[in-house]
Amino acid sequence: MQPKKTINGAEALIKCLENFGVEYIWGLSGGAAIPIFDALVGSKIKLILTRHEQGATHMADGYARVTGRPGVVLVTSGPGATNTITGILTAMMDSVPMIVLTGQTITAMLGKDAFQEADISGISMPVVKHSYLVKNTNDIPRIIKEAWHIAQTGRPGPVLIDLPKDITQGPFSGDSLDPEMDIPGYKKDTPSPHKADIVKMAKFFKAKKKPLLLVGHGAVLSRAGAAIKKLAEKLGSPVTNTLLGKGEFPETHPLSLGMLGMHGTAYANKALVNCDLILSIGSRWDDRINGNNKEFCMNAQKLHIDVDFSEINKIVKPDAWVVGNAREVVEELVKLVEPLDTADWLKELDYYKKEFPLKYSINNGLTAQQVIDTCYKVTQGRAIVTTDVGQHQMWAAQFYRSDKGNYWLSSGGAGTMGFGFPAAIGAQFAAPKDLVVAIVGDGGFQMTLYELSTVFIHKLPVKVLIIDNKYLGMVRQWQELFFDNRLSGVDLEGNPDFVKLAEAYGVKGFHMAKPEQCESVMREAMNYKGPCVIHAEVIKEDNVFPMIPAGKSALHMIVEKPAAKMEKPSGST
Amino acid sequence: MNKPPLHTISVLVANKPGVLVRIALVFARRGYNINSLVVSPTVNPKFSRMTITAIGDLETLEQIIKNVNKLIDVIHCEEHPANTVEKELALLKTKASPAVKAFVTKNARKFHVRIDDASEGCYIIEQTGTTAELDEFEALIKKYGILEMVRTGKVLITRGKETT
Repeated sequence: MQPKKTINGAEALIKCLENFGVEYIWGLSGGAAIPIFDALVGSKIKLILTRHEQGATHMADGYARVTGRPGVVLVTSGPGATNTITGILTAMMDSVPMIVLTGQTITAMLGKDAFQEADISGISMPVVKHSYLVKNTNDIPRIIKEAWHIAQTGRPGPVLIDLPKDITQGPFSGDSLDPEMDIPGYKKDTPSPHKADIVKMAKFFKAKKKPLLLVGHGAVLSRAGAAIKKLAEKLGSPVTNTLLGKGEFPETHPLSLGMLGMHGTAYANKALVNCDLILSIGSRWDDRINGNNKEFCMNAQKLHIDVDFSEINKIVKPDAWVVGNAREVVEELVKLVEPLDTADWLKELDYYKKEFPLKYSINNGLTAQQVIDTCYKVTQGRAIVTTDVGQHQMWAAQFYRSDKGNYWLSSGGAGTMGFGFPAAIGAQFAAPKDLVVAIVGDGGFQMTLYELSTVFIHKLPVKVLIIDNKYLGMVRQWQELFFDNRLSGVDLEGNPDFVKLAEAYGVKGFHMAKPEQCESVMREAMNYKGPCVIHAEVIKEDNVFPMIPAGKSALHMIVEKPAAKMEKPSGST
Repeated sequence: MNKPPLHTISVLVANKPGVLVRIALVFARRGYNINSLVVSPTVNPKFSRMTITAIGDLETLEQIIKNVNKLIDVIHCEEHPANTVEKELALLKTKASPAVKAFVTKNARKFHVRIDDASEGCYIIEQTGTTAELDEFEALIKKYGILEMVRTGKVLITRGKETT
């Protein structure tokens, strides 16, 4: 018999991750994490060395959103760890499963201001689903198993594990790499929906004339699309989606109204105002949708399905609610409802669709809308699209219609600039055969552009579509509309030559600045075999409409810039 | 004007480092002030009990309880279970005087008070009772001058077989 080979904590950790089927770890090394990087030598897990820890977290996030499996991040202590915070917040706000492994100083030095020491479990506490500071090498398998479970069950989220160097370096003498979990407080992993609640909810549909289904990220996370399609078609109900709910119910479906909310379609927002029943399927009635609680869906009964009990009553007081996995609940609900007579309702909404379509002009120069619409047409709507945050994000949400859940990756809750490009890299790792397009702004792209190295080195054919208006455009729009056009802190004149920049990284660059170039350049770029950057210089002053000013309800939607001066918005941000 | 209501929240938690911080963050993030907080062992060494009193509106409280319940290390959290015995302990320091001694003796039964210590011209008076009883006694003894006061914060336990 061979003597039992001793392994250290880091090796135990990596073996556990291998056993979970982890394919990739995104990260950046450093002193306190060397034992873990050492354990990755020869592992079947592929280590992707990023250029910044924030990039690593967004890549893991993009991977997780596409696959539904946790993305794994590995960084060192101190600044390595603190650089992950933005990515962790982004994942937390959008309920994305993620494991963040941070190196830490040795346990004897904890709290003594050791070199590169940061209390990362403390710093991250408000933005993680759970976290661990490991104090015993033999606890590693249990902790990683719990973290893996917690990250992806119930309402998914990021879990951070802080690993002191002596713990990962120390010998592992535990009995098993697959021990029992010990999380008696975690009873909310998969709440099974109460049948009685679903029966009660189903009764609200009776005799309704103007139902509306609202599809949120919970529907995407639970893969509820097929069930929602059945429900919508059985009821004859129109469907709208949040920014993160895009695609789970196909936006090209005749019953789809597209995205609602602050920059949603006019017809989705008209539906919101006029409906007599609204069912949220895994949306949290976010303030970009709700605007003003007092005026929100005043004539409608409100129903709410959410896996997280704390979302019930948080923003909207529903008339009926079910706590549970959105797919499971909707599958049951379909069986209990009867078709409704919605002919007049659909006719009314068709009128709004014709009266207030999404539109743009090509007469005054190249616009972001034209670029994105052309991208949609050239890629036949099949790409996995990621975005940053701001005007381009809203135009992308409007013009790049999604027909599949997890083909639309955007930082919704956190609104993280710099998310789009690294998220696209993660998505490309997750779906190597798919076309992945990062639609980014000139502002956001410059926050994480250093990951051009990562696409070059790993030969990832990500397409980066930079909508360059040389402004932080959304803030400029607010300043124009609400602050007497007193522009402050929004001017990005002096941007680099993005084509040359890409070339410096070994990445192909394309450029367009005229409406008539748009289609041919787009076609060439999207058919290009490797990674490329498409620098689209668009007209500078353009506004996203429709728009509902922050803090107002959909009643106050505007579809163009009003002649009269607008008051400063009262709502959140 | 009505005083905002005082809520009592009972939390059973895993006996691990950091749990208190996680719970405190749920309150702090919403600007909800904790009035008193008692953390103590339970009969099972794996768990601890926290009894928290806080002042604030009901709507926020509902959010707080739901979010505390969401924490992985929290076994359960609920507002004041109805059928409970609740107690708090206070230690009050006054100047030693025959008048104080007589006052404490007179109220010994009614307020469960006694003098625990008399050194260097000071009394330490111990009182056990409900929070309201402690408040009431404090108001009465104030006229003799309170030099210092420490209270443990409220603890409670459900009556009968039901667990807290």
